[in-house]
Amino acid sequence: MRQLGQIIAGFDWSPFWISLKTGTVATVVCFFLGLWTARMVLKAGPKLRAVADSILTLPMILAPTVAGFFLLLLFSLRRPVGAFLYRELNVKVVQTWLGCIIAASVISFPLMYRNARAAFEQVDPNLIHAARTLGMKERRIFWRVALPSAGPGVASGTILTFARALGEFGATSMLAGNIAGKTGTISQKIANVIKDGDYVTAGIWVGIMLVIAFVILVLFNLVSGGKGHRHSRW
Amino acid sequence: MSVYVDIRKKVGSFVLDVKLDAGRETLSLLGNSGCGKSMTLRCIAGIERPDEGIIRINGRTVFDSKKHINLKPQQRGVGYLFQNYALFPNMTLLQNVMVGAERDRSLTRSQRRDLARRQLAGLKLDGLEDSYPSQLSGGQQQRAALARILVSQPEILLLDEPFSALDAALRWETEQLVRAAIADFRGTAVLVTHDRDEVYRLCDRLAVYRHGCVDTLGEKWELFVNPRTANTARLTGCKNLSHAHCEGGHIVAEDWDLSFPLLREGPWTWVGIRAHRFLPGRTEDGFSFPYVIKNNIEDTFSRILQMQNADSPDSALIRWETDKDTAAALPETGWVHFPEKELLLLTD
Repeated sequence: MRQLGQIIAGFDWSPFWISLKTGTVATVVCFFLGLWTARMVLKAGPKLRAVADSILTLPMILAPTVAGFFLLLLFSLRRPVGAFLYRELNVKVVQTWLGCIIAASVISFPLMYRNARAAFEQVDPNLIHAARTLGMKERRIFWRVALPSAGPGVASGTILTFARALGEFGATSMLAGNIAGKTGTISQKIANVIKDGDYVTAGIWVGIMLVIAFVILVLFNLVSGGKGHRHSRW
Repeated sequence: MSVYVDIRKKVGSFVLDVKLDAGRETLSLLGNSGCGKSMTLRCIAGIERPDEGIIRINGRTVFDSKKHINLKPQQRGVGYLFQNYALFPNMTLLQNVMVGAERDRSLTRSQRRDLARRQLAGLKLDGLEDSYPSQLSGGQQQRAALARILVSQPEILLLDEPFSALDAALRWETEQLVRAAIADFRGTAVLVTHDRDEVYRLCDRLAVYRHGCVDTLGEKWELFVNPRTANTARLTGCKNLSHAHCEGGHIVAEDWDLSFPLLREGPWTWVGIRAHRFLPGRTEDGFSFPYVIKNNIEDTFSRILQMQNADSPDSALIRWETDKDTAAALPETGWVHFPEKELLLLTD
């Protein structure tokens, strides 16, 4: 018990804040990018749609380390793109918090995209047609008609995206590394302290992760149950 | 106030090939489901794009494939009433109707609210302004959808089977309100339906569809009296149709195995007799035949008799609808006749 007390007293909360910030920013990025991509893919013809869909879903199917490998290839300072970004814009991705965000966004993006797409496909096309014949502008139709109709699906996609971004490990550790106080997320912290045999600290973080995951799942179920949907039992 | 349509479009298994025009009147498009009526309406509204042709609304070209004109639905100024109402589920009735008022950009928010309230009241929806569509009956939803369209001051009204999702009582009530609204509107309205009674009550002129083409186009009463084609006869409610040809100075109705005096030489290939035009008894003019009743079905306020040419046991059944008293007095077999002018001579 005394040991636990000592640990909590000198506890480094930075992984929590880093994870939370990363998850939030990645979710915001994925939210807008996912909605936009879903909309574009639905507008495209069937062939293009099949190809685009496969590419956009790939990060979800692949091992995160494979995604991490490609991200490193792209952003490493010794590679053209990474070197260009550093030289011209003074932007560094590898071993930085930006790397955390990019890794988490890439890995969790398919969840947002797929959920948004499925939700948009469920929108009654006549609602959109009605809005158009009434003279509503396309942008306004999207935000006032399409998105609210797709609401529950988009909301659950957002929550899943946040959950996935929060817990991201594989790609993050490769691209952003594990720099305490900078890129050290909760997942990386757990892996790190376990390596040193510190099961108590690991346990605390696991507990925190469990609580977060549980809260997210409850939220998810509340949202995807949606208002207006009356569940029939069978 | 007019609409002019001359378009072609390949739709799945058939080709829509339609030429129509309507002035300050209500035009009905009548036809079986999947024959292109709704597609025509969607092309006028700009929801679907024809492969080629011209569409004009009040003289303004909204679509012309040769000149590459294809106005967006937003620019066409049509009011489109959908079969499933298409009210925005996330908005209250008032908000829904206010969307309609947005077309006039010069209006302030409070002016739009006033307009919307007045329109809702006009369609007996006052008190329901803050309800969501899911809390309303089908009839109320359709009236709200109508209010939303009327407040947008459309140039023409397009009504796509507006009553088909309603039950009988609501249907009648809603139809009366729509009829009054069309009368107030005093412009061009195009109504898609497959209900011939609705057509008769609501419209002035009628276009009957068949496999994506306009089969007949004319004044409604004219088409009900003289349908011209077998398809139009069927869709205007003629229950008895038979293939027919001319033989030895007679009209031979093949399916019924009956022959009648030749009224006029044809290009006709069908004959039709409406089910409620038969009368009991024999006449000497040749428009009577011996019947035998095969089925006697009691309808709400009438009887439907399925009879057969008594001399031809393999011939097709002929439907006779009559009041219950007349039907009760009829023997199982006997003679039946019909006035000469009730024999419809029809082309394919």
